[in-house]
Amino acid sequence: MAENVIGTDISPPDLRAKITGRARYAEDFRAEGMVFAKLLLSPMPHARVRSVDTSRAEAMEGVLGILRASELPQQEQGIGEAALTDEPKYEGEPILAVAAVDETTAAAAVEAIRVDFEQLPFVLDPLESLREGGPDARLDGNVGGRGEATTLKWPNSVFDEAGPDRLPMGEPATEWTIGDVDAAFDEAAVIVEETIVHQSVTHHPMEPRSCMAYWQNGKLFLHGSTQSTERTRGSVARMAGVEADDVVFIGEYCGGGFGSKISGVPSMAVPAVLSRKIGRPVMLRITRYEENYIGRARAGFQGWARIGFRGDGRMTALDLYIVQDGGPYGRASDFSTAGTVATAIYQPENMRFQGVPVYTNTPPRSAQRAPGGAQIVAMLEPLVDKAARELGVDRLEIRKINAPGHDGWLGPNQGPFTSAYVREALDLGGELFGWEEKSQLSGQRNGTKVTGVGMGLSPFTAGSTGRDGLLVIRPDGKLYVHQGIGNLGTHSIADTARPAADVLDLAWDDVVIVWGDTSKHLPFSTVQAGSQTTHAHTRANHAAATALVGLLQELAASELGGSPGDYRVSEGRVFRAGNRAAGLSFAQAAERAMAMGGRFSGEVVPEDLNDATKAAVAGLAGEGLIAAARDNYPQAGAVFTWVATFAQIELDVETGEVEIVDLASSTDCGTVMHPRSLAGQTNGGVFQGIGMAKSQRWVFDPKWGIPFTKRFYTARPPGILDVPLSPRFAAVNEPDPHTPVGAKGIGEPPVGAGEAAYACAVADAMGGLCLCRTPLTSDMILAELEGRPRPYGLLDTHV
Amino acid sequence: MLDTQVIQSRRGGFTRRKFIKGVIAAGATASAAGYLFRESGMLAPMLSAQGAVERLVTLTVNGQQRRVDVPKHETLAMTLRYQLGLTGTKLGCDRAECGACTVLLDGTTHYGCSILTHSVLGREVTTIEGLESDGELHPVQQAVIDEGGFQCAFCAPGFTMSMVGMLSKNPSPSREEAAELLAGNLCRCGDYDKILNTAMRAAELSRSRA
Repeated sequence: MAENVIGTDISPPDLRAKITGRARYAEDFRAEGMVFAKLLLSPMPHARVRSVDTSRAEAMEGVLGILRASELPQQEQGIGEAALTDEPKYEGEPILAVAAVDETTAAAAVEAIRVDFEQLPFVLDPLESLREGGPDARLDGNVGGRGEATTLKWPNSVFDEAGPDRLPMGEPATEWTIGDVDAAFDEAAVIVEETIVHQSVTHHPMEPRSCMAYWQNGKLFLHGSTQSTERTRGSVARMAGVEADDVVFIGEYCGGGFGSKISGVPSMAVPAVLSRKIGRPVMLRITRYEENYIGRARAGFQGWARIGFRGDGRMTALDLYIVQDGGPYGRASDFSTAGTVATAIYQPENMRFQGVPVYTNTPPRSAQRAPGGAQIVAMLEPLVDKAARELGVDRLEIRKINAPGHDGWLGPNQGPFTSAYVREALDLGGELFGWEEKSQLSGQRNGTKVTGVGMGLSPFTAGSTGRDGLLVIRPDGKLYVHQGIGNLGTHSIADTARPAADVLDLAWDDVVIVWGDTSKHLPFSTVQAGSQTTHAHTRANHAAATALVGLLQELAASELGGSPGDYRVSEGRVFRAGNRAAGLSFAQAAERAMAMGGRFSGEVVPEDLNDATKAAVAGLAGEGLIAAARDNYPQAGAVFTWVATFAQIELDVETGEVEIVDLASSTDCGTVMHPRSLAGQTNGGVFQGIGMAKSQRWVFDPKWGIPFTKRFYTARPPGILDVPLSPRFAAVNEPDPHTPVGAKGIGEPPVGAGEAAYACAVADAMGGLCLCRTPLTSDMILAELEGRPRPYGLLDTHV
Repeated sequence: MLDTQVIQSRRGGFTRRKFIKGVIAAGATASAAGYLFRESGMLAPMLSAQGAVERLVTLTVNGQQRRVDVPKHETLAMTLRYQLGLTGTKLGCDRAECGACTVLLDGTTHYGCSILTHSVLGREVTTIEGLESDGELHPVQQAVIDEGGFQCAFCAPGFTMSMVGMLSKNPSPSREEAAELLAGNLCRCGDYDKILNTAMRAAELSRSRA
């Protein structure tokens, strides 16, 4: 038997390239005659371009061309976003691009262009836009609808009734109810109620979204940084106004995305279209400063929660209202996801959810690791702590009381989960952290430092089905796993190939992963978002490997006699059961398949494959023994992963500074594919959550609508000294019964767990006082500790 | 020669004062600072007004002498990436905030984005591409492989160079000391636990090879 590779630590096969400098990210590619583009960014948060004078720029030596918004292929209009615009809706939105022989000249040309702007009304605070007569971020409305903006204004009475410290709650855009919330509150033993605020946060992956493009023989070659590969090609084609067949997308490495680079980013259209216009390869190098504007952000929340509990700690009523700060485009669904995710933490017996997604003239939003989930977990968990204190129930216990079991349900439709080992994860994490002993340390004072202990439980969606796997055994005897998925840093590009090795009982060294370039015949995949990849593609590759075993057995039977069932596949051979010698090596099988043709070598493929996979197989046909299969494994229920994080902190009451002393996390993410990478993913997500809870913020000049927090030093993500030296981690490692490999995704849920654990621990150190907002900056904490008036309003955003 | 020694402090603080002084001394204008090498000659009158400047210089990079035409205001990271083809040195921020561009000058770590190429003449520049010798990985690189370090790895070349610099100063750092010595580098994936495991393993490998 080859060693089973699932559940063992491997060194990702692309790692050597990454640490020798040979791995090429988007900005590392060069093309003959390559020139540079720079963007002209809007200086105003909302304006209309009346006229543009490019004469001085065009007269400059070295300037090769200028691209205006009107020259981009017309995509869907309405609430969507283009790479360039004549109606900028946030400060920093790109208006036009200049290509020149070098970047200095392009930048100088941008400065020589005169733009006449007509200023338009702008809004930074969603609540301002909901007031009668309040400004709208868009000319066509202020609230996100289905494919178009709508207008929603609340009467002044709504604001007057709420007063300055409570969320005004007028007519919502979305609403759903389970049971009878009001009746449940009437019978509740304890009710907690708070206004809550969660900031917007820029993604800031380490690699900015630089992009290089050129055209050759009518085909667009585009080197970009995206999370997905196969699924990026179509969006690039739409941006360039060509068919997907005429696009070669190359993205072998992606320097982080976290939801901001799912399948193509709007700015890719600039080098794509500009390079065609001027007939030269164009590099658009995005700086950190530009990334702050166009690099996407998590939607902010202004919300209100009222939660009722029975005396035993069971949550009987949850009433939630969320006003979302969604930037100027699209329809970020964080707010509605938040309502659904809340059910997966607490299974409230009765619940009402109301929400309004409001447009603002701030940088565009997109999914960010647990979109909506992280925000709501971080907002609600401290309130549950507050109730637990009033009820006299242990804080870990109250989560176990309310957590879903295998008979749990999700969202307003109350559908089932595929599996939910949530209590097991809570027990495991509690034990790992030493909750019983550590929770006794709450409030203990050592000099100026007070200990706080807290925890957060965070669920998020973690899978999808129906993707394709594509495997080739070539005459060199190796197994080639063609991956349509992207290489975004999670190691899933390698880990989802492991089931193929295991099904074929093949040594990992004999597996070659093919990825990162759509000309390499890549199958239909999921987008690398929503933590789908591990679940979706362990299934797809399992299906393809199972089909490959069938083909090997048939091939052997036709060659050596007997029936396919007489043959086994192991360690690079297909052979008669009990007699390894009577069989074929993989190399021989590949040669044989090429001779036989038909469904053995990809000339004939299963009908249910996606068209993209059929095209990929057609490109490989005849090159070996080829198996492509759709994931048709049955599944009933929502695939969810849960992460629990436990934190011990010390709060310095003289400075408001918080140091994390200890951190431990546990998860139910099904079967563990790769222990070391799983721990890395979890700890990294937890740290990202802590960054939101602790320090990362947006601050705007309210008069001009211009952000002050534009770089790392003003909104710094956690550094190596901001986190504990040795965070601990454990996984329940129980297979999900609805998927053949048993694995679920992990990317998203750690973020909310880390954020909530931090927020709860800080509240604990303050004697249970919940500020009910993020980030919890030192000056806010200090103002509370010293009893000074808060330097901000309870509903203020961007503080 | 300009002295552009950079200073890192415990909390990752960083002084760019001398770098900025260097840029001013080189006469680059604000609009052109931080951008790329020029070919068009558009700014030639402006630059010639700064006085005659020898642009053709010899750099010592990864043990090789490289002749290269460099404007006075060009940063080392830009020269490495766009003139010498050494794209392993990454640009994450252009402004000394993230450390992705960390290289060694005479064995000491520097941010490549914040040092002018003209100021490193006569000094030994080492980049991530120069760590292997005869196909054998440097102990720090081997440690990354052993520990499965990094996620997206855009920060990896910078962290790797910082670890090499760290071990030459302190061959046996504690985990806590390693964290302090690596605090000038940012990893947005938050893979710090594995990065510290890698640092510890690298120290062990370096000692056993020494």
